[in-house]
Order: sequence, then structure tokens, then C-alpha cells
Amino acid sequence: MPSITKPVVNHPGLQRNSLGLTVRDYEGSMSTLCAGCGHDSITAALVRALWELEMPPHMIAKLSGIGCSSKTTAYFAEGGHGFNGVHGRMATLATGANAANRDLLYVGISGDGDSLSIGIGHLVHAIRRNVQLMYIIENNGVYGLTKGQFSASADVGSKAKKGKPNQFSPIDPMMVGMAIGATFLARSFSGDKEQLVPILKAAAAHRGLALIDVISPCVTFNDHEGSTKSYLFTREHELKATVTDFIAPAPEIVAAVPNDGVRRIAMHGGNVLNFRSVPDGYDPTDPTTVSAYLQERHAEGEIVTGLLYVDESTDDMHELNNTSVTPLVQLPYSQLTPGAAELARMQDSFR
Amino acid sequence: MSTGVTLARPATRVNDFAVKLANVNGTGSASANSLLMQAIFRMGVPVSGKNLFPSNIQGLPTWYEIRVNADGWTARAPEYDLMVAMNAQTYDQDIREVCKGGYVLYDSTWPLDAQLHRDDVTFLGVPLAQLCNEKFKTPRERILMKNIAYTGTLVALLGIDMELIAELLDEKYAGKARLRDSNHVALRLGYDHAIGNFDCPLGLRLQPVGETADRILIDGNTATALGCLYAGATVAAWYPITPSTSVMDAFTRLCEKYRRDPQTGRNNFMTLQAEDELAAIGMVVGASWNGARAFTATAGPGISLMNEILGLAYYAEIPAVVVDVQRTGPSTGMPTRTQQADLMEAAYASHGDTKHILLFPGNPTECFHFAVLAFDLAERFQTPVLMLSDLDIGMNDWVVPRLTWDDNYTPDRGRVLDAAALENTLVFQRYNNWDEEFVAARTLPGVSERGAYFARGSGHTSAGEYTEIPEEYQEVVDRLAKKHAAAAAHTPEPIIEGTRSRIGVLTIGGCDLAVREALYVLRERDIAADFMRVRGFPFHAAVKQFLAEHDTVFVVEQNRDAQLRSLLTLETDVEKEKLRSILVYGGFPLSAKSVVDGVLAELEKA
Repeated sequence: MPSITKPVVNHPGLQRNSLGLTVRDYEGSMSTLCAGCGHDSITAALVRALWELEMPPHMIAKLSGIGCSSKTTAYFAEGGHGFNGVHGRMATLATGANAANRDLLYVGISGDGDSLSIGIGHLVHAIRRNVQLMYIIENNGVYGLTKGQFSASADVGSKAKKGKPNQFSPIDPMMVGMAIGATFLARSFSGDKEQLVPILKAAAAHRGLALIDVISPCVTFNDHEGSTKSYLFTREHELKATVTDFIAPAPEIVAAVPNDGVRRIAMHGGNVLNFRSVPDGYDPTDPTTVSAYLQERHAEGEIVTGLLYVDESTDDMHELNNTSVTPLVQLPYSQLTPGAAELARMQDSFR
Repeated sequence: MSTGVTLARPATRVNDFAVKLANVNGTGSASANSLLMQAIFRMGVPVSGKNLFPSNIQGLPTWYEIRVNADGWTARAPEYDLMVAMNAQTYDQDIREVCKGGYVLYDSTWPLDAQLHRDDVTFLGVPLAQLCNEKFKTPRERILMKNIAYTGTLVALLGIDMELIAELLDEKYAGKARLRDSNHVALRLGYDHAIGNFDCPLGLRLQPVGETADRILIDGNTATALGCLYAGATVAAWYPITPSTSVMDAFTRLCEKYRRDPQTGRNNFMTLQAEDELAAIGMVVGASWNGARAFTATAGPGISLMNEILGLAYYAEIPAVVVDVQRTGPSTGMPTRTQQADLMEAAYASHGDTKHILLFPGNPTECFHFAVLAFDLAERFQTPVLMLSDLDIGMNDWVVPRLTWDDNYTPDRGRVLDAAALENTLVFQRYNNWDEEFVAARTLPGVSERGAYFARGSGHTSAGEYTEIPEEYQEVVDRLAKKHAAAAAHTPEPIIEGTRSRIGVLTIGGCDLAVREALYVLRERDIAADFMRVRGFPFHAAVKQFLAEHDTVFVVEQNRDAQLRSLLTLETDVEKEKLRSILVYGGFPLSAKSVVDGVLAELEKA
């Protein structure tokens, strides 16, 4: 993963957030992905979302697996620690990291190969544990670094660059998530920053694992005619299910949101999510409706986007474990050892 | 002094014999058998209990061996003076295994097949099933109580203190009055029958020796869990696997007791049952990257799966503690049998040039202390440390001196820059400015922007940046090799006994007692040999010195391929010819006899 240091040129007019940071302060090194890669747009949306969230950069922990998508952890939030692990195992590193320190914002970046093939076991179990983690799948339906093999998200009949159609049923991470009790599912398109930024912000505030499937066309290996993960195909077949607005916990802003047709969901940390459902009757908090709708639209060949499902009532991994509010890494050793006297005492029963 | 190798077996043998109990698994025999061992322990007589059990829930043959030896030779001695034959499926084999002049205790509810009869042993028939059927109502109770009934018979035959065993039952079933009463009834049934029908006690018998307050009964897995607790581990991730499961069971139990905040009721720990071992080690490395003391416990098959992330942790220089309770391989192998066959796999786990720090405990006491050391070394050297225990140490109860702890212990967290230190750092470069042990300071997430870096398993420079340039890549991996070598001085020194002979006997882990007993037997036959047990890798300087000072070194280990010998050959300057292997790898704990036989055979060759 070559990285090139990006020259820092701050325009004096750049807006600053409450930490005094500009959006540039949330960038990372220069991307080495292909020009026009969807992943770079997702990075840009992340930079924007983190800046708007006013996250102290050192409180961001970025984790990834292996693949084009996983390179992008180097391209944002330079002030946060990054961990580019091994192929498919990002969720395991993130789970352990989160167990040790519950105070950080965990941003996991993965791809369709990383998450839906080699790492699908870890993805589903991280969902089951409801690990507090923003889990982004940069989904292009193709293995880029090994030059264009289909991934498990490729649709049946979608054509590879060399013309061969995919024969195997695709794995849709949203449907998988619905089946196993995910608590936050969103799909977006890398070309739609307006939709993506609020979704990312909501994901960061969600208690538990927020899975975001972002269709992100691969300009080199999967943007041709016949591909179902191209810019053109996605634009023509996208169907927005919800329009999401993320409101930080400031009462005056909440009050400014119109109530007509808007569904408000209070999030765990005091934030508010506002949805406007595009199709009538779509309720992103009702799993039965969501599953039926996704299935129905999928059969029609449509890509449903927006915040598809949210459940703020389920406990996350730490609540389920009843873990100390102080992150485990901050507990002093004196609080962890029972001491010599207790060792002597407890051994009275080892007889 | 006598040992398991002695052939002459006098009729009267006090505190020196071996009993084998042949049972059907899943019938409750394990608790009766460990009760017996516990009673002998309380009498102050040196004792060991080895559970030879199948990988099965119910219905297959299972054995339990008890050896008592006043001189402390309690390695496995497969020459049985008394066979408690409770499994008709294995009568044939079990009766054949009894020493000449020995005894067979069997259930005489059904007649014994005439073909099984031996003239040179004494058969003691007790109608156990009949007695229990008359006394107890439910089928389950009849099966369970049969075990306690034969325990009662053994109490009479071996001269075990009846009051003591009754007291143990009371302790065990405190709060379960009905069960306690049934147990007492059953114990009495077997006891009274023996007193009424046999000349009790037998020539084989126990005699109380004295106080046992300075000793405990503990299995290695519990001791390991205690070590992890005292080391301050807060995150534990695992996937259930025999024979390591009880490490995590014990750790969880201990944490529920000692790591629950008394004020808030919240847990100062997290145990994660992972989806597989790939995930378990991933979680450990993720938690360690964040600064927690984290560990996993597994067996050989788990190590195979963990290889990938062990390589990541080695290269990205992230601590990790892995407990490998070894079992018989390859593949699934024999999951409930012991072996020491993960040495090579653990030493070089993962693809590419990787080398790990290994610790080899030889008993539960060392499991406790080495578990603590594993965390100190992992953090000091920012690398995985694997502690290689085995099924015999891990799952059997051992008599060891009470464990002790020093309240002055402070964890060695290694070189970690905190926010204040980072304020004074001009530019932080993750793998630069290493110390005399080739360790560079690390930083933890969530502390300071100034310490942010990108941990990666891809080629990197000393600054932590991606590279594909040969010199930059080599600078880092060469330092890693030196760092590994520097750890040798911090691994536990080998145990060395005797300094006079030109012959050495070198061993590892749980072979300790059997090998030392074998050396004692050989000395009786005028063959003197010095003893060394290695306890860590990279090898301590004293290991190399021992190899240099002996002309011939027998290497005793429990695997087919002489893995310890291979490791010694690869990692020291020893001439290969000097090292001669004695390999015992059938899956049962080592006995002195196999070592004596092996050494004698090798010496004859020469």
C-alpha cells in the first residue's frame, strides 16, 4: 500500500469546526487508487462526516483488511491510529480493539471480497455481537488488485470486463444483515455524497455495528457495459428508500426540522435521526417491512439505497457484557490483581 | 527407594503402588476417581492421577491411573498393582495389564468369563451392581453410586482413612443433602462388603505421612488462568477446543469473582467466544494494539489457524499471548491424548521469516508463573509469546507446592510513549530509535495525534511507511531477528541437575518427572547422566553451554519427528550427531520406563 504524503495547503477561508479543525485536518495521505475510483469518493464523504461530527482525530481508530478498499484507511484522519491487518479479518481486530477501549470511534473499511468471501464469517459474527463499529463495505463486485475476478457480490449475469457473465448467486450484505439481527443497515452509492455523509454520521452515532454497503464502481475492471456495479447501471437502477438527516444533540436544531412525513428516531447518545421514507409505508424500524421491500425491489433489479434499517434498542457488545464504563485499557493494574493474600486464601479450596 | 521401573514387587508395599481404574465414560466415574486421589493427597502421600479418556461423551472406555510413591516419583507408571475393572468391554486388556502378584477388583454381579482368569493375580469380586440396585431406585442413581461403592471398597482395601473420605464427600456435596446422603450410603456399601469378605487392608496400602498444608491439588489449565488473572489480562478471546477449554472456563470463573467492580457490579474484563481461532487471535491482537493485556488459549489445530495473524503481530510488532495446550496431532489426531508436537509449528508460526518467543512449563506451578512472564515478554518485545503446555499438565490434577505471589510485581509494559512523552517527541517514527534489545517505542490509539501511525502487515520502513525498497524492507526484518535473539536472556533458565557426566539427558515440559525418575534408575545401574529441561525459546545461553559440555545428549520428547532436537540443531551450534532422540508419542503421559529403555537401547547401539 504505497502512500504519498499530501501537501498541506490550507485555504485561509476554510471553515473550522468547534475543535478549530478544517476539513483538511481529517484527510490522510494521497490516494494511490485509480483516477475516478469510487472508493476515493467514499473517503471524501468520510472526511466530511468526521469533520462535521467534530471528532478529535486521535479518538478515531481506522481498521481494514486487504484489497483496494482497505487501502483507504490511509487516506483519511491522519491523526488517528490505523491498522491495516490481513485479508478478511478486519472485524476480528476491531472487535478486540473495541473490547479493550470502548471510547474510540471505530471505522472499519472493507470490500466485497474482504467481507463477503474470505471474511464473511467474521462479518456475521461481529453483527451478532453488535460491536460498536462503523463497518463500510466499498462494494464494486470485483477483485481489483488481482485484476478483475468476480466477487461474491457480483449479480448473476453481470459481465466481467472480458465478457464472461457471472453465474453464481450474489450475497447481499443488507439481506444477510436482516437475517441475523443487524441493528443498522444502510446502502448508498459512492457518487452520492449528499446521501452518504448523513448516513456515515448516523452510523458513527449508532450504538452497535452499523453496516454500510456502498456501491463503488471500479473504473478499471467493472465500469463497462454489462456490469451491474458500474456508474451508469447504479444511477439508472438506484431507488432511494429513505432520505436521512442526522441531527446532533442540540435542541434548537431538532426543532428546526419539519415534522411533515418525517420520522424521528432518538439515538443512544442523544442524537436524532430524521428519515423521510420515499415509498409510502416504508418503515426503517420494522424488520418485516424492510425485508419484504428489499426482496421485492431486488426481484425488479433495483438497488435500494438509504438508511434501510435501524434498531436503537438492542444493547451493544459492552452493554451485553456489562463492561466497566472506564475502558479496560485505562484500569490500573492495582484494580486488576487480587493480590498475594487472596491467592493464599483461595488455595485453601485447592485441596 | 523404589520406582515404577523396579521389577521385583514385594507383597507388602506401603505408599508405593499403582492403581488403574477402567470405566465407561459418561457414567460418573471421573468424580469418584478424583475423590480417591484427593483422599490420598490429604493423607500426605505423594500421588498423581492421570485421566486417560476418550474423545467422546458417553459409552467408550476410559481409564484413570493413580500412582502413589513415598519418594515423590509420581510420573505415570504403567505397571499396575491393582486393576479396578469396571468395564466389561475392556476386561481382556485390563486383566492382562495387572502385574504378577497384583489384584483385580471387579463387579461380581455377573460371573467373570473363565478365559479371563489368571493364576498369578488375586480376583476380588464385589457385587456392586446388585448392591446398588437393592439400595437405590432410579437407574441414573444406580449407575452413579456404583462408582462411589467401589470407592468404598478401595478405602477398605488400601487402608484409606474412612473419616477423611467421608469428610471430602461432605465438602463436595455441601448444600446438596440428598446427594450427600446417597454418596455416604454407597460408600458404606462397598466398604462394608470389603471388610466382611476380604482381608483388609491388602499388602498394598496407604499410610498417612503428615501435613499437606503447604501443597495444593491443581491442574495446569487452572494455574494458567490464575497466571493470566494475576498478570492483569483484561481481554480473552477463544474458540472452544480440547484440551484448552478449561483455561478459559477457569479464567472466566475467576474474573466473575475477582474482576467485578464491587460498587458498580460492572466487569473489569471481557471474554469473547470467537467464531473460530482466526477470529480469536485477531481479537487478541486488536486488543493488544489498543494496549490491553489480551490472550487466547487453544490447541494445535487452533495454532494452525492462527498462523496468519501471528505473522501479522510479529511483523507489525504487536504483543499477543497464546496458550497452546498441546494434544496429539496431526490434524484432529487424538484430541484427548497428550503430545509435544507443536514445537516447530509454534516456533516459526506463519509464512515468511517469522520466529516467536516460546515458554515451556513443566507443571502447573510453571503454568502460573510463565503465564505472567508471557505477558511481560510479549509487551517488552512487542511480539507474540506462545506458552506450550500439554494435555497431561493442563487437564490432570497435580500435587504442587502452594502458589505464591509477590505484591511488588509490576507489569512490564515495554516501551510505550504516553501523551507527555509524545509532546517531547519531534517526529514519532514507529520502528525507529530502537533500544539495545532492538525494541522501538510504540504508541497506543486514543492517546495523542502525535503518536498516530499506520500499523500494517505489508512491507514497511523504520518510519512505518509502506515500502517495496529492498534496503528499507531488510532493515526492519533484520532488526526483528536481532530482537528475537535478544529475548533469549529473558526466557527462563533451563533446569539443570548434575554436572559431572559426559552424558546429558535433555527434555522439555511435562516429561520432567519421568525423566528425572529415569535418571535415578539409571544411576542405580551405574549409568550417570546430567539432566536439563529447557524452558524457553529462543534458547537461553545455559542451554547452549550444556550442549557444549556433554559428549552425548539424549533428547527426550513426546513427538515422532524429534522436534526439540530439530529446534536445537537449527538454533544452536550443536553438532547434530551429539543429539540422540528418545521419542515417546503414543498419546499417554511419559513413564520413566520408556526413558530408561530408550537410553539403554541407545547406549547398546554405541
